[in-house]
Amino acid sequence: MNGERVRVVRGWEWARPVRPVRREVLSVLPELEEGQPPLLFVPGFGHGAWAYAEHWLGHTAARGFPAYAVSLRGHGGSEPAPEATLRAYAHDVVQVAAGLPRQAVLVGHGAGALVVAHALARYPARAAVLVAPVLGGWATFGAALRRNPLGTLPAVFGGGLRLSRRQLFSRETADADARRHAARLGRAARRAQWQLLTGADPEPAVGRPPVLVLGSPDDRVVPASALTRAARRYGSAPLLFPGMGHDLMLDARWREPIDAILDWLVKDPTRGEAP
Amino acid sequence: MPTPTEHGRSDPETTTLAHSRDGRPVSDRGDTVCVIGAGASGLTAIKNLTEHGFGVDCYERETGVGGAWNWRHDRSPVYASTHLISSRPFTQFPDFPMPDDWPDYPHHSRLLSYFERYADHFDLRRHIWFGTEVVRVEPVGDDRWDVTTRSTGGYGPERTSRYAAVLIANGHNWSPKLPRYEGLEQFRGEVMHASSYKDPAQLRGKRVLVVGAGNTGCDIAVEAAQQASRCWHSTRRGYWYAPKYMLGRPADQVNDTLLALRVPLRVRQWLYHRMLRLAVGDLTRFGLPEPDHRVYETHPIANSQLVYYLGHGAITPVPDVAGFQPHSVELTDGRRIDPELVVFATGYLPRFEFLDAKILGDDEGVGRPRLWLNAFVPDHPTLAVAGLLQPDSGLFPLAHWQAVLFARLLRLRATRPERAAAFAARVRSGAGERYSGPVKDSTRHWFEVGHVDYLRALQRALHDLEGTK
Ligand SMILES: Cc1cc2nc3c(=O)[nH]c(=O)nc-3n(C[C@H](O)[C@H](O)[C@H](O)COP(=O)(O)OP(=O)(O)OC[C@H]3O[C@@H](n4cnc5c(N)ncnc54)[C@H](O)[C@@H]3O)c2cc1C
Ligand SMILES: NC(=O)c1ccc[n+]([C@@H]2O[C@H](COP(=O)([O-])OP(=O)(O)OC[C@H]3O[C@@H](n4cnc5c(N)ncnc54)[C@H](OP(=O)(O)O)[C@@H]3O)[C@@H](O)[C@H]2O)c1
Repeated sequence: MNGERVRVVRGWEWARPVRPVRREVLSVLPELEEGQPPLLFVPGFGHGAWAYAEHWLGHTAARGFPAYAVSLRGHGGSEPAPEATLRAYAHDVVQVAAGLPRQAVLVGHGAGALVVAHALARYPARAAVLVAPVLGGWATFGAALRRNPLGTLPAVFGGGLRLSRRQLFSRETADADARRHAARLGRAARRAQWQLLTGADPEPAVGRPPVLVLGSPDDRVVPASALTRAARRYGSAPLLFPGMGHDLMLDARWREPIDAILDWLVKDPTRGEAP
Repeated sequence: MPTPTEHGRSDPETTTLAHSRDGRPVSDRGDTVCVIGAGASGLTAIKNLTEHGFGVDCYERETGVGGAWNWRHDRSPVYASTHLISSRPFTQFPDFPMPDDWPDYPHHSRLLSYFERYADHFDLRRHIWFGTEVVRVEPVGDDRWDVTTRSTGGYGPERTSRYAAVLIANGHNWSPKLPRYEGLEQFRGEVMHASSYKDPAQLRGKRVLVVGAGNTGCDIAVEAAQQASRCWHSTRRGYWYAPKYMLGRPADQVNDTLLALRVPLRVRQWLYHRMLRLAVGDLTRFGLPEPDHRVYETHPIANSQLVYYLGHGAITPVPDVAGFQPHSVELTDGRRIDPELVVFATGYLPRFEFLDAKILGDDEGVGRPRLWLNAFVPDHPTLAVAGLLQPDSGLFPLAHWQAVLFARLLRLRATRPERAAAFAARVRSGAGERYSGPVKDSTRHWFEVGHVDYLRALQRALHDLEGTK
């Protein structure tokens, strides 16, 4: 993302700080400190930290990386926040990241990837991973509308965005599991949902962290073309996991994408190129 | 040999051996950048330079990070009750916020823990040589610098290393500025500068005169009001004593709301005068002089308690000191008072003893460098100063962006020399520029900056440098 302007004067952010809230942070730490950077997982709209607690946190820690997941305000076990904006969500991520002992890797899923993209402009992450990213704009909306008109349309008018079980989980995911997860889904705040469509692009990431994009070509929320577009924005190509649903971390084959992420980190990707 | 402490960096691997002008061996540190000081400005310099791919050696004469905010340091100017005067959003680094459940104006011990966490989070200590003082910085041609260090305290041999660039972040609140007075040597009472004031117990039960109404003087006067048997507060002008809260919010956040709306200075001054009139009324009724300037024209005082204690008669305002007798102090209005303890809260002076003052354009050697953006040095593109600012707000974001700009400049010197050259021309033509509205002519205001004016200018410099118009 060369040639983008850094915004130094941030009058509104100084004058109008985001309201502090109590945030839920779940974590699993490796038995032995191996000097690996911590990972902070950010769930998408409607999901909470629980989505990562199911498989990914434990697996990440078992591979030697301290693993944390935050619930954005109004989600999971965090304080309710019906008035939340995207900025407030990004603030939640930056607050938790800056509170970790070491420079963190941010991992965002779905619209949580957009939250991470905004957080990257306010925190110099060591690296970032965008999983099945919903980076916003009307194209995202079009895709969602085509696949699930009844769940998507109300969102435009301030209603809840409802994703169907079949959009989120592949056929391989046990029905009982899928039902259990779907029952836990909440919803994002109205304004944040609207900003997902109309909000400004994220500002340039601090320190040009390496960014990995991954997802499934069979995701029924994020089409393959959106994955390619997202990856190109960060100068790479997406890693693809055919046959999986949108919620890769809850899928029957959850292990493959998280292993790919950790393998990528072990290779120690370097920072983006200088302008 | 400097002895890096446990957490500090280990011996730098010496590359080729060169020799200084007087024949001493010099270890050549190649493209490494030297940072002087590990206070807030030095830490953000290390973080941003390493983030831009530079090797960094930082020298710190104390044994810990945090500079002024580390009360364990001999030269720390903070006293037990020091709290921030700029609220959190203005004071934190722009990419490493303080916890949002901290108070609006945190205590100095929290600031120290914040800087220690910043150092650990970004693994900065491995770049720092603690207990090592920089004694000389000399240009050696090719825009490179020889930096000579030795163990703090002066024992042990000197050691010289050659660097591609130097960033000076040595702070400006540690060398006391002490006024001279007729008869001061004969005065029998106790005299101290505010830099040695640490704890209210030093005032307890005494008749105390506090001189100066910067934030330090006002804080000490308030403590004397509670602890001393008598408190006189001497000022050489009237000031606007601004409360920390207004309209239910930290006052600086209210002001920046107006700034973000681009309300002109005159209108903001008028509004502020009105609000102060409504909140605290006319201060001359307490015996204070009328301010000889508009609000925002002296370095802001943020103190809600001073007026409160004036109103309780616990602080007696008095004019400037004329001179001292053995048992009394004479004031400019002819009055005499008999304090047992005089605290000079008359501020601090910047000092750069390790560098030929002419290099910084300070031809008279009075500690007033002539720089662009208070940081960049004409004709020395690889030298910069960070934190040499007296902002009307928090200093740390400004120091952060200075470091970012310097790092990008150094990088572009290699990749886009024509841009770096244009920048150098700008430094030359802009040296001495000011970044505030009109300020009262006083010894401390030559480097007063308005945070928005300053950051706008810095932002422009960054965009020009990178060609992102
Ligand atoms: C009482 C008080 C309260 C303040 N409150 C605020 C506030 O609320 N908000 C705000 O923004 N600012 C405040 N300030 C201003 C304060 O100066 C800055 O907050 C900050 O400390 C500046 O950081 P610095 O890194 O530039 O300098 P310093 O903190 O002074 O750090 C400089 C470091 O360089 C080291 N050093 C110096 N010379 C050498 C050498 N030759 N060799 C090796 N090391 C060297 C020193 O040991 C020190 O560690 C306050 C100042 C005082 C006195
Ligand atoms: N966070 C906090 O609580 C806090 C606390 C203290 C200090 N600080 C900061 O630390 C920095 C230093 O503050 P400071 O208060 O120590 O110093 P300062 O701002 O330089 O104030 C010095 C005061 O002494 C007066 N003075 C100077 N020389 C004098 C002389 N010869 N005779 C009589 N009066 C004289 C000045 O008057 P003039 O008006 O004429 O210049 C001024 O009132 C500032 O940036 C300040 O904001 C912050």
